[in-house]
Amino acid sequence: MIKQTKHIIKVNQLRKSYEKVEAVKGVSFSVSNGELFGLIGPDGAGKTSIFRILTTLMFPTDGNVSMMDLDVVKDYRFIRNNLGYMPQRFSLYQDLSVEENLAFFARIFGTTIEENYDLIKDIYIQIEPFKKRLAGQLSGGMKQKLALSCALIHSPEILILDEPTTGVDAVSRKEFWEMLIRLKEKGITILVSTPYMDEANMCDRVALIQNGEIMSIDTPAKIIDDFGRKLWAVKSDNIYQLILDLKKMESVDTVFPFGEYLHITSKADEFNEERLISDLEKVGHSNIRIQQIKANIEDCFMQLMQ
Amino acid sequence: MHFSAYMVNNITMIKNKENIIEVKDLVKKFGNFYANDHLTFEVKKGEIFGFLGANGAGKTTAIRILSGLSYPTSGDVMVAGFDVYKEREKVKKNIGYMSQKFSLYEDLTVKENIRFYGGIYGLSNKYIKEKTESMLERLKMKDIQHSLIGSLPLGWKQKIAFSVAIFHNPKIVFLDEPTGGVDPITRRDFWEMIYEASNNGITVFVTTHYMDEAEYCDRVSIMDRGKIEGLDTPGGLKKRFKSNNMDEVFLKIAR
Amino acid sequence: MKRFLGFVKKEFHHIFRDYRTMLILFGMPIAQILIFGYVVSNEITDVKIGIYDKSKDDITHEITNKITSSGFFILHENLNSDKEIEQAFKKGIIREVIVFEPNFAEKLHRDGTASVQIIADASDANTANIVTNYTKGIISSYMKNELMAQGYPYEIIPEVRMLYNNELKGVYMFVPGTMALILMLVSAMMTSISIAREKEMGTMEVLLVSPLRPLPIVIGKVIPYMVLSFINAVVIIALSYFVFAMPIQGNLVFLLLETLLFIFMALSLGILISTVSESQMVAMFISMFALMLPTMLLSGFIFPIENMPKVLQWISSIMPARYFIVIVKNIMIKGSGIGVIWKETLVVAGMTILFLIVSIKKFKVRLE
Repeated sequence: MIKQTKHIIKVNQLRKSYEKVEAVKGVSFSVSNGELFGLIGPDGAGKTSIFRILTTLMFPTDGNVSMMDLDVVKDYRFIRNNLGYMPQRFSLYQDLSVEENLAFFARIFGTTIEENYDLIKDIYIQIEPFKKRLAGQLSGGMKQKLALSCALIHSPEILILDEPTTGVDAVSRKEFWEMLIRLKEKGITILVSTPYMDEANMCDRVALIQNGEIMSIDTPAKIIDDFGRKLWAVKSDNIYQLILDLKKMESVDTVFPFGEYLHITSKADEFNEERLISDLEKVGHSNIRIQQIKANIEDCFMQLMQ
Repeated sequence: MHFSAYMVNNITMIKNKENIIEVKDLVKKFGNFYANDHLTFEVKKGEIFGFLGANGAGKTTAIRILSGLSYPTSGDVMVAGFDVYKEREKVKKNIGYMSQKFSLYEDLTVKENIRFYGGIYGLSNKYIKEKTESMLERLKMKDIQHSLIGSLPLGWKQKIAFSVAIFHNPKIVFLDEPTGGVDPITRRDFWEMIYEASNNGITVFVTTHYMDEAEYCDRVSIMDRGKIEGLDTPGGLKKRFKSNNMDEVFLKIAR
Repeated sequence: MKRFLGFVKKEFHHIFRDYRTMLILFGMPIAQILIFGYVVSNEITDVKIGIYDKSKDDITHEITNKITSSGFFILHENLNSDKEIEQAFKKGIIREVIVFEPNFAEKLHRDGTASVQIIADASDANTANIVTNYTKGIISSYMKNELMAQGYPYEIIPEVRMLYNNELKGVYMFVPGTMALILMLVSAMMTSISIAREKEMGTMEVLLVSPLRPLPIVIGKVIPYMVLSFINAVVIIALSYFVFAMPIQGNLVFLLLETLLFIFMALSLGILISTVSESQMVAMFISMFALMLPTMLLSGFIFPIENMPKVLQWISSIMPARYFIVIVKNIMIKGSGIGVIWKETLVVAGMTILFLIVSIKKFKVRLE
């Protein structure tokens, strides 16, 4: 699976406090060479703070962080040279054209577009027809591709992407993840954050983070295995009423809408499915369907949150 | 409370209901570019209507027209029984609006925000007072009514913003990516609030990038390049596009 | 070096693509100079004057005729005593009084010289200056064309006296003042805004993470504005010279060097502002209230410093523009060299170094 086991990013008991709040509360994780690692959690979980410390833009309040075996506080200059970074809502220079943006970032990293063209070719080729267009006039998906090209132009060892897919439509998101997986195959270590739980499945390993604390770190498959409870999907013709009625039931533990179904757990970890159906029919539900299902990352996240 | 008796089948009920939004041949052109290319659809009273599409497909343009912020180039648009050409002010009085970006004033308290929006819609002080009480009760936020909005977590803000958007009992509420970046549990709480509003007869017109949320809608429209390429119940769309979930439907349409 | 040039190039792209920036950069100075120039226009017509002729001979009559028939002046009243002069001015109608000394023609014939006193109301310093210059011009052309042409080596010595504002504060102040204002605006405000914009857009994060060091980032930001400010300064000087006939008595190269020094000062101030402002809005407000208004009000540009309350006078002594105005005035009007204005030059240079040191110390390689 992972060719080398060497840890290229090591974070140990990292804390970060701002004036009033503690944004990161003792977080530890490490990322292996060539790994695609996801930091998954909602806004305000502390993802951006962690990334800014990793990219040497902020000091940690406490704890040790090393990148490529170098300390983020002392050796920040060297780290910066070998890092590709796409900040959250990174918008490039809106008044420069596609080509000018890319050329500028190549220049400041002391390289040229031609030198590392191979690396960005797959991505850049899609926006090349618009290279004279100002970045401000690109669609969301194209901006994202340009931003990624700019972050890659100096052939960094580590790529850090802070919520690259937030606010982007499902198609562009899918395309973006496909690009990341191709980059991973080229040996680049990628650290990416996202609030979209379903994107966890694209990562080698993920850390689920909430309120400045990591709740779980593992491969997506292992996290799902660790759910450790039985889960059912239920639906009827009146979903809202179904939520209300299920929440009233003694035996039911959690009720969460999930697509067209509700995902429910039982306090006893067991349901008599027929009994449940008849109980629901009694209060007027029709077309009731229930089946036991496997949890997904979002189920796990919600369970860990409670 | 027993909704079940008369809410036997949400969909058939909705079919019998009046149209709250009627759009016929709506065109919005910017120069030679068709942002909305002959859109025709209607939304029923109390329906949760999902309005999906890729970035730049023309969703925002359409929402701006429906909420009376911009004029269509051509076509007939009726919102809440009013013509968006001639009765913009009446349209605005009867709708609520909430987006991810613009929600509330960060430097005002929860209560001050509510008061302010109530004032905008010309509600009486008595009404504002009573409704604020019941709203804070419903949100379980009585303790924080004097906290500044800026000090609250995003999920709470969004819940308050939604409650504020329906504070004046509008006929329709437009929600533009209301749950972006919110944690999964709060996201579900939020949807329960949407269901509740819909149950109380408020039509919900919502855009989202979370495909699982599309499934929560009664009907979903998917736009691509200015046109509506699919409009049906989630089940109907999945059947038509031979897909297992809305994610696949969306990819088939927009790719 | 290549990195750095790439940076400067990018900066020029930003400037040339934003028509608002361009408007501020080039529209402002021209508009300002023209507005001020218009307000203190040097065209005069029908200025009411008084004449106190103590001699009443042929020559004084002739000169009086020349003056009143020039089209610039109207003889409002003939005065008969020194006391009447002051009364006449106090009424506020006449702007100038011409006094011929007793036995004017006789003195001219006997000694070859005679003097005429030109007294002007200098509370409007600019008008007073122009009016007296016109009068002097008419007298000297009379002297040349009428007297000397006839072979008399006579000399009429005009003695100018300004009432109420004898040092002529305010005259030509608009050029040095406008220069200080514009350079402050372009250099300090535009630089601070453009750095703040990178912070706002998130691009600063990427620049910091790049191998570019803070110093090249700052210098790269500053160079385009330095070039543009300098062009601006040249435009202002040229406009004032060609359109408003402002003299440049001193050395032009010296003037430009001093201007360059002031631009440096303003740029380092701009960088300092940007280190404390996180957004374009903040940068804009600080520039407006900490730079623009004091430069206009406290530098002696609009209000004479001597007339200010003591506290404001102290504040005005930390206004860089105050010193620059003195420098420019001295070079342009008096033709002074470094010997006269070395103190002011030193103050501006000292401020530049101070701002630079503080801002380099404050410019963070990190976000906090």
